[in-house]
Amino acid sequence: MSYLKKSPWIIHYDGSSCNGCDIEVLACLTPLYDVERFGIINTGNPKHADVFLITGSINEQNVEVVRNIYNQMPDPKVVAAIGICATSGGIFRECYNVKGGVDTVIPVDIYIPGCAVRPEAIIDGVVAALGVLEKKAAALKSMKASA
Amino acid sequence: MKSAIAILAWVILAPIAGGLLAGVDRIITARMQSRVGPPLLQPFYDVLKLFGKQGIVVNAFQNFYMICFLVFVVVTGCLFFSGGDLLLTIFALAVAGVFFALGAFSPNSPYSNIGAERELLQMMAYEPVLIIMAIGMYMVTKSWHVDEIAGFHNLLVGYLPGVFVALLFVLTIKLRKSPFDLSTSHHGHQELVKGATTEFAGPALGVIELAHWYENVLLMGFVYLFFASNWIAAISAVIVTYFLEIFIDNTFARLTWRFTVKSSWIVAGVFGVVNLFVVAFLIK
Repeated sequence: MSYLKKSPWIIHYDGSSCNGCDIEVLACLTPLYDVERFGIINTGNPKHADVFLITGSINEQNVEVVRNIYNQMPDPKVVAAIGICATSGGIFRECYNVKGGVDTVIPVDIYIPGCAVRPEAIIDGVVAALGVLEKKAAALKSMKASA
Repeated sequence: MKSAIAILAWVILAPIAGGLLAGVDRIITARMQSRVGPPLLQPFYDVLKLFGKQGIVVNAFQNFYMICFLVFVVVTGCLFFSGGDLLLTIFALAVAGVFFALGAFSPNSPYSNIGAERELLQMMAYEPVLIIMAIGMYMVTKSWHVDEIAGFHNLLVGYLPGVFVALLFVLTIKLRKSPFDLSTSHHGHQELVKGATTEFAGPALGVIELAHWYENVLLMGFVYLFFASNWIAAISAVIVTYFLEIFIDNTFARLTWRFTVKSSWIVAGVFGVVNLFVVAFLIK
């Protein structure tokens, strides 16, 4: 039985967000929603994290940063794109400096649209991400076993 | 025979007790912040999850230092709970702390380096009080050995109230609670990312967490020693002390290392050394 679902530690990064989705992500940590009930801790260290919550779209400046954070996370890991800007670029998609959503640079597992995303939707999305995380952990384990 | 049972109980039961202590800590902290908090067994889920993660390392030696840290904390507890020499226990704990600092220096990242330096400064801050505690207990009970100190017929806190106050002060440092959680912290204090534990992932982080649980149980053992002649008073003192530490943790923000070292030494001098002088004059 995997303990990833019982103790998912998140790292939150703001790509080029207006901070609306970031405020909603941090609101999930407040007493009203309190995601620590699910064992979720907001760690600022990618090496300690399982779930990568990313807001805002990708531009030239943050491509390397996002890739760096993703590479530092140990396996198994999932990426959740929070908000429509992270999903596809949102209303800024056609801008000259915006490359698009987060999937232009790293593989995304869960897309949570919204502008700004409601905390309930974030929690829902993270719970779905945990399901993906469990599948990845099982795949990793069977890969190690067969190797 | 009795010490063998004590050692076995320490090695097997202390991490369980430490994990439960950590769980209670998180729930009480959450309630103080008007939240619900995680389930009681959450720290165990955390450590078990960590052991299932990929162990990313920066260099080949860093995890070895942390394993040494865990080993020496366990050895320290074996010495203490089998009734061994109190002074040796304190120095074994110092060795464990040095391994932790070495492990944090090893990856050579700016965050972990500053975290490691702060860890050494923390050690400088609390070691005087621990040594004063051992000296005070020797002066009262005429023995360095934990089993004879624990067997003393009176409450040691009656002879060493100042030393106990000094111990409570440095316990905040040792338990890694605000305002003195300088080198690494459990909460969202992300000033140095994660400070000393920044470059550790997966199983190594689980080992560090386990060592901290052992250490916390050992520190509660130090508190127990002051009240050892009456086990009800001792257990109550441990509970009240731990709750006080959680309360202080939630009330204060992190302070500077200069304040930590300065205030610890002032407390050690005013409460600890003066207490020793009084004991020296009263017990001829």
